[in-house]
Amino acid sequence: MATTTAPLATPEMIARYEPVIGLEVHCQLQTNTKIFCRCPTSFGAAPNTNVCPVCLGLPGALPVLNQHAVELAIQAALALNCQVRRKSIFARKNYFYPDLPKGYQISQYDRPLAEHGWLEVTVEGVKKRIGVTRVHMEDDAGKSIHDGFKDSGVYSYVDLNRCGTPLIEIVSEPDIRGSEEAYQYMTEIKQVLQFAGVSTCDMEKGHLRCDANVSVRLKGAEKFGTKAEVKNLNSFRFMKQALDYEIARQVALIEGGGRVTQETRLWNTELGETVGMRSKEAAHDYRYFPEPDLVPLEISEAWLGRVKAAMPELPAARRARFVESYGLRDYDAQVLTLSRAISDYYERVAQTSGDPKLAANWVAGELPGLLKADGKEIEESPVPAEKLGELVGLIAKGELTGKLAKEILPKMYATGDSAKTIMEREGLKAMSDTGELEKIIDSVIAANPKQVEQYRGGKTAVMAFFVGQVMKATRGQANPATATGILARKLA
Amino acid sequence: MDIPKLTIPEIQKGLRTRQFSAVELAGEALRFAQAENPKTNAYLIFSEERAQAAARRVDEQLARGEEPGPLAGVPAAVKDVIVTKGLRTTCGSRLLEHFIPPYDATAVTRLEQAGGVIIGKTNCDEFAMGSSNENSAYGPVRNPAALDRVPGGSSGGSAAVVAQGTAVVSLGSDTGGSIRQPASFCGAVGVTPTYGRVSRYGLVAFASSLDHIGPFSRTVHESALLLNTIAGRDPLDATSAFAPVPDYRESLDQGVRGLRIGLPKEYFAGLASDSGGQIHKGIELLKKLGCEFAEVSLPHTEYAVPCYYIICTAEASSNLARYDGIRYTMRSKNATTLSEAYRKTRGEGFGAECKRRIMLGTYVLSAGYYDAYYLKAQRVRALIAQDFRNVFQNVDALITPVSPFPAFKLGEKLDDPLQMYLSDIYTITGDLAGVPCMSVPCGKTSEGLPVGMQILTKHFDEPGMFRVAAAFERAGGFEV
Repeated sequence: MATTTAPLATPEMIARYEPVIGLEVHCQLQTNTKIFCRCPTSFGAAPNTNVCPVCLGLPGALPVLNQHAVELAIQAALALNCQVRRKSIFARKNYFYPDLPKGYQISQYDRPLAEHGWLEVTVEGVKKRIGVTRVHMEDDAGKSIHDGFKDSGVYSYVDLNRCGTPLIEIVSEPDIRGSEEAYQYMTEIKQVLQFAGVSTCDMEKGHLRCDANVSVRLKGAEKFGTKAEVKNLNSFRFMKQALDYEIARQVALIEGGGRVTQETRLWNTELGETVGMRSKEAAHDYRYFPEPDLVPLEISEAWLGRVKAAMPELPAARRARFVESYGLRDYDAQVLTLSRAISDYYERVAQTSGDPKLAANWVAGELPGLLKADGKEIEESPVPAEKLGELVGLIAKGELTGKLAKEILPKMYATGDSAKTIMEREGLKAMSDTGELEKIIDSVIAANPKQVEQYRGGKTAVMAFFVGQVMKATRGQANPATATGILARKLA
Repeated sequence: MDIPKLTIPEIQKGLRTRQFSAVELAGEALRFAQAENPKTNAYLIFSEERAQAAARRVDEQLARGEEPGPLAGVPAAVKDVIVTKGLRTTCGSRLLEHFIPPYDATAVTRLEQAGGVIIGKTNCDEFAMGSSNENSAYGPVRNPAALDRVPGGSSGGSAAVVAQGTAVVSLGSDTGGSIRQPASFCGAVGVTPTYGRVSRYGLVAFASSLDHIGPFSRTVHESALLLNTIAGRDPLDATSAFAPVPDYRESLDQGVRGLRIGLPKEYFAGLASDSGGQIHKGIELLKKLGCEFAEVSLPHTEYAVPCYYIICTAEASSNLARYDGIRYTMRSKNATTLSEAYRKTRGEGFGAECKRRIMLGTYVLSAGYYDAYYLKAQRVRALIAQDFRNVFQNVDALITPVSPFPAFKLGEKLDDPLQMYLSDIYTITGDLAGVPCMSVPCGKTSEGLPVGMQILTKHFDEPGMFRVAAAFERAGGFEV
């Protein structure tokens, strides 16, 4: 493959142009079984074991549509504000490839599941709608493995486990005007689909994949420029890099007196470049035609109604509810709806603790620090929501101070033990017994006659010193507010 | 045991009165079929083990006093485009010479559940593409009625084994006439049921929207019985019909007095005089039985052949894509790149007719041609189906010839594909409309070649079709 590094445009040049981007997002539906057979969709099975005559495309085998996949696809369409067609048609997309055992993909073509949707993104504080042209269903191909085997120099291997995994393809209008907007759009899609329970959107497992159609035009121009399709954008970061690269490449071409050619380009992660893959002339003719092995997909009003009713709460609605019912600040509500996993976790902590506002601080503030240092997602948190809820509940009831709780949480994280177990083991508890606290305060006062004098002389800022001493003496078990009250009384 | 003339009722009686066991019958049938096969080449594969196992099950059930099913012990053959678990399924193609399917077609499962004993797989045109059985990679089948002639196609082997008496019943497949035309050439009963009536699961696809599985037999009763067992909704075939399956035997004795039968005028022009004469004798007989005849018109008939060859080739080009040399054991030894592996494997593996249809189909689906060919053909197909719906408002059944001419000589039409395609001219409309249709023997030409008469009824009216066929058979129509 050519490795000639194309000249890139300078930021000044790029600033005179407007990029026009449309994204095609493939997303794996989170069904237990494949789209046209009953094989499991589980990830990581030994190669070519999650297969049957249907997904192997054996002669004589026939596809039967998975109803759950349809329902998830409808949910995705609704979440993307699309109109769902009463009758959609599956079509064969014909091409040859070793990991495509039927010789065609079953997709949808001129009558897709849903159309005319939109998604709102916020870029630099400004809200904008990106049009969603269509959402259609299709089956995934297998996987070709070109390296990693002793004889990889001679042979490629094929794993057909992924064959028949249910996908939706979400095609956007060419409404996206830059890599940051594309990034926001993808973030929003991921968030919405996760909330809708449509997909886990796990990019590492290939559950979310993206191709981009990119062109540039002089700012103010009406006509779109010639587009190139950029494939293989397998992470948000790569997508952003690839788009920025491709925009700069196209601008440089035009500025240099050349023209962009319509072609398919591949993002090469190692080179950090897009590389030409095939020209328009070499483009596949997929010879789409209606899939004769499947009947048209008819979605009745009643079925659509049932799916709508079962639709999980979407991020926007959940954010509003967090503010409304839990009294959270907008910012906290935003952070706590970044993913469905966080939202679900937070709600469980809020419920167990009985103090949603305090719970928000811990889920949005303390826990992420530990997770980040450990490189873990909230789904993998060693502290389950119920245990964090118990900890927050103890603070709310005054049985633990915040300070002490902050010491306990990392121990819970490390051991998986509950707050109470750790408190018992280490003899920690909030000092709600004022008798005992008073004794300690008396000894602090006795030990610091100089500061007592200062305080009584009107230098009340010394109070902080006393509270600090009390906390130190109680190993943080005292409630600072209670200690301040007693100190004030005794020093008066 | 007079193996070549054995009927299902005789087998049931023989088994139940302990005249013979199912295992004995299977053994005899296999020996006879193997001895006779060199004459016709109708069987490609014999399945001794499978047959013995099925027969043993029947004997054990009988010994325990259980009911082994309406096809108990019946020696049956299956066209080699219908997959059989553990039993080689070649589709008459080099590309699948060593293909052993890991699963059974639904029709095969149901046939065996009814007690049927599959003794072998029958020869056919490669991937069911042909009208003479000369497109098989394993040599042509000879017509048992005249060994220098073709048995018709593509289910030539399945028609021949029944006519020859080397099986009592058989399963074939029909996409444009592939059951009825060979039935007519060989002098057998052959039934193409309503589209969706019999599950296609396990039928290796040629043209999915046109493919049917259906029975062959020597009597109408036996086809009705076999269809009873294989018909009905199958959750593994999304296009299989939910409609309940009536017992087709109940319609056999109803008689035809007062039935209104249409003779579509488009089907009687250009008919070879001998064949035409026989059909008219058949019609006269039905008149005597009390049928009322009326000339009717199916005005879009003239577009049927081009319409059919666009739709079936388009679907075939896609269905046959999977034979790409990556799987199914055959890969060209002359290939060094992936692209060469595709081109050379397919170039060396497919016969001329398959290649012709793949190319035609690829062309009609190409960007820029789709609307003019495939889409238009689908519109014409809808009009042809509407023709049938219209005409069945006024008549109960249609009678037509099956083929313009009787069995022709081996090699006679091999170099003239258009002439070959025209031999399906009376049968493809039934497939395009998806209505039930069958061929029943209707005497012989002066040369002694069998002639078939076609009976068509409206969707799911197999009972009406069998009713006409059975009355015709009782009145001696098969030897008219």
